[in-house]
Amino acid sequence: MSRVLVPCHVKGSVALQVGDVRTSQGRPGVLVIDVTFPSVAPFELQEITFKNYYTAFLSIRVRQYTSAHTPAKWVTCLRDYCLMPDPHSEEGAQEYVSLFKYQSPSVTFPKWLSHPVPCEQPALLREGLPDPSRVSSEVQQMWALTEMIRASHTSARIGRFDVSNRFLLLGLLCPEQIRPDGLLYFRWMAVMT
Amino acid sequence: MLQEESDLSLIIAQIVQKLKGSNLYSQLERQAWASLQRPEIKLESLKEDIKEFFKISGWEKKLQNAVYSELSVFPLPSHPAAPPEHLKEPLVYMRKAQGSWEKRILKSLNSMCTELSIPLARKRPVGEQKELLNKWNEMGTDEPDLSLFRPVYAPKDFLEVLINLRNPNYENGDSLSFRTHLGLIQVPLKVKDIPELKECFVELGLNIGQLGIDDSTQVPPELFENEHVRIGQKVLAQQDSAAAQQYIRQGSPTALRAELWALILNISSQPEDVLYYEQLKTNVIQHDLLVDSLIYKDVKLTASNDDYYFVFEDYLYQVLLCFSRDTSVLSHFAFNSASPPKSYIRGKLGLEEYAVFYPPNGVIPFHGFSMYVAPLCFLYHEPSKLYQIFREMYVRFFFRLHSISSHPSGIVSLCLLFETLLQTYLPQLFYHLREIGAQPLRISFKWMVRAFSGYLATDQLLLLWDRILGYNSLEILAVLAAAVFAFRAVNLMEVTSLAAAEAVLADLSTLKVMPLLQIFLFATVT
Repeated sequence: MSRVLVPCHVKGSVALQVGDVRTSQGRPGVLVIDVTFPSVAPFELQEITFKNYYTAFLSIRVRQYTSAHTPAKWVTCLRDYCLMPDPHSEEGAQEYVSLFKYQSPSVTFPKWLSHPVPCEQPALLREGLPDPSRVSSEVQQMWALTEMIRASHTSARIGRFDVSNRFLLLGLLCPEQIRPDGLLYFRWMAVMT
Repeated sequence: MLQEESDLSLIIAQIVQKLKGSNLYSQLERQAWASLQRPEIKLESLKEDIKEFFKISGWEKKLQNAVYSELSVFPLPSHPAAPPEHLKEPLVYMRKAQGSWEKRILKSLNSMCTELSIPLARKRPVGEQKELLNKWNEMGTDEPDLSLFRPVYAPKDFLEVLINLRNPNYENGDSLSFRTHLGLIQVPLKVKDIPELKECFVELGLNIGQLGIDDSTQVPPELFENEHVRIGQKVLAQQDSAAAQQYIRQGSPTALRAELWALILNISSQPEDVLYYEQLKTNVIQHDLLVDSLIYKDVKLTASNDDYYFVFEDYLYQVLLCFSRDTSVLSHFAFNSASPPKSYIRGKLGLEEYAVFYPPNGVIPFHGFSMYVAPLCFLYHEPSKLYQIFREMYVRFFFRLHSISSHPSGIVSLCLLFETLLQTYLPQLFYHLREIGAQPLRISFKWMVRAFSGYLATDQLLLLWDRILGYNSLEILAVLAAAVFAFRAVNLMEVTSLAAAEAVLADLSTLKVMPLLQIFLFATVT
């Protein structure tokens, strides 16, 4: 079974921000990159290879077209996959990463961060105290939001606390300020909603 | 799991590849052929019988030691998409910084060359060669005029480069925030804290015997020392590198140290090694390099002036001059963020066929470089063995102390570890020193770059280097530096200037290394 590169079109990254406020403070911590495949022929994806540049967690969603009649649905392949064990330090910041969709016996490369079959993993609800590092990361996000709000000087209600649970749970972290034009080289990639 | 199996097979393949080119491989082959004569080797069970023979005769152990050595030195195979630079140093900005630093060094070397109109290399006339050969064992008596030479760089120049290292993706702003580092190093590398260090250096704990503490005159030797020496002799008899490395974490008895270090570094003096050294010596006799003068100057300035090491001056020349010409050192640049300087034959600038590495081993000595060799002279008196030990120590440890990399044992991580430990566990002291303009790293940097050689008493230094070998890491240097500051904290709190702080920490020769480390790691109330 030979493996070939699948031609794909990687769009520029888009930052997810709350509201329309554009300010240099409070950089967004979540970026989305769309990847589309121009070829119409169906293929079986085996491996994704990319070079990381300061992304801490990665989620991958795929929109699958099953047939002409049913609408395409989004499937989560990977959720919050950790690329940087400590996002505030350099570990894993510029590493080359390979993700395998399936465990293939023909694979001979070592040390890959492989992940099993795509399946919708239900969100884990932790009981008891929340994880302190997650809380501190969310506090940072909140701080960033408050900075943005303060800078915008608007008296209108933002509805800050009306953010959906799903968004908060996904809590993607990028350390410090990631520039949206940062060098995130992907051959195939992640789509987040 | 399938993944781990394929990881393992690649590592095995890589090690086999490396060892196939080595001396050990041909020796094993010869032994296998010779063993066919033996009565216990039968044709039906040839493979098993030969394996059994290797086990009994000790050759399997030698192979094990060689494999262990490869695993300790060479990094694991990386992603196939990763270019070779990635193995040298994964972070792009650090590679760039190292590249510009190297350019500066070369510029300095070249300008010295043109100023003094001395060629980088020249062939010695026959008369001069004869003279040098006669004087080989007493090169220290030579007093060449070195006044015009100056060291290419000193540790403090290197420190300035490290202070200016910045990660372009890391914004900490101009104002003080929770993200600015209060120390001099501003890159966010991951360093261990004391709980992690305690786990890592568990054999230095309070309830475990240590040489350097439990062998003092007040402690009866039956409690620890005698047993420890006995175990050491057993380890040496077994000739097992891994066991020796584990054993030496508690220190090495003086009588066994030379053999233990040779076992851990997997150095055995074969006739081929002696021959190789003699060949290097011939190269020294035949050609004169500019770096030779730099080495002379360095030895004269540092080791010759040191009370403990001046007697070894001649050995230092014999080792360092040969080291500059040893092209086998070039192989370590595969995992060193530095690259050997390239020079072109006169008139052929830019043509790759006429490119040579200068010096042949790719390492330009800096001020204090000879101090890496000096302590080893206490252990080894035979020049070729001394040379091999030094070379192995260099390609395992010392190169990390003067190149910019993100490796946990690299000098940048050591500096950050030192500053973080001091800031976390002695915040008052750190703040006070910072306020008076005496950033602690400015004082401790020179200790770490030289691995404390020339600052500690020699027996203490050798106990420290025992642990470097035992843990295969240089992090202990940063811990010791912090421990020294902790020890002299009371005096340091009273000083009011950088000069006074340096005076407090000028003399470390009375310090006992192991109690300091033990107290700092295991007995300090945080």
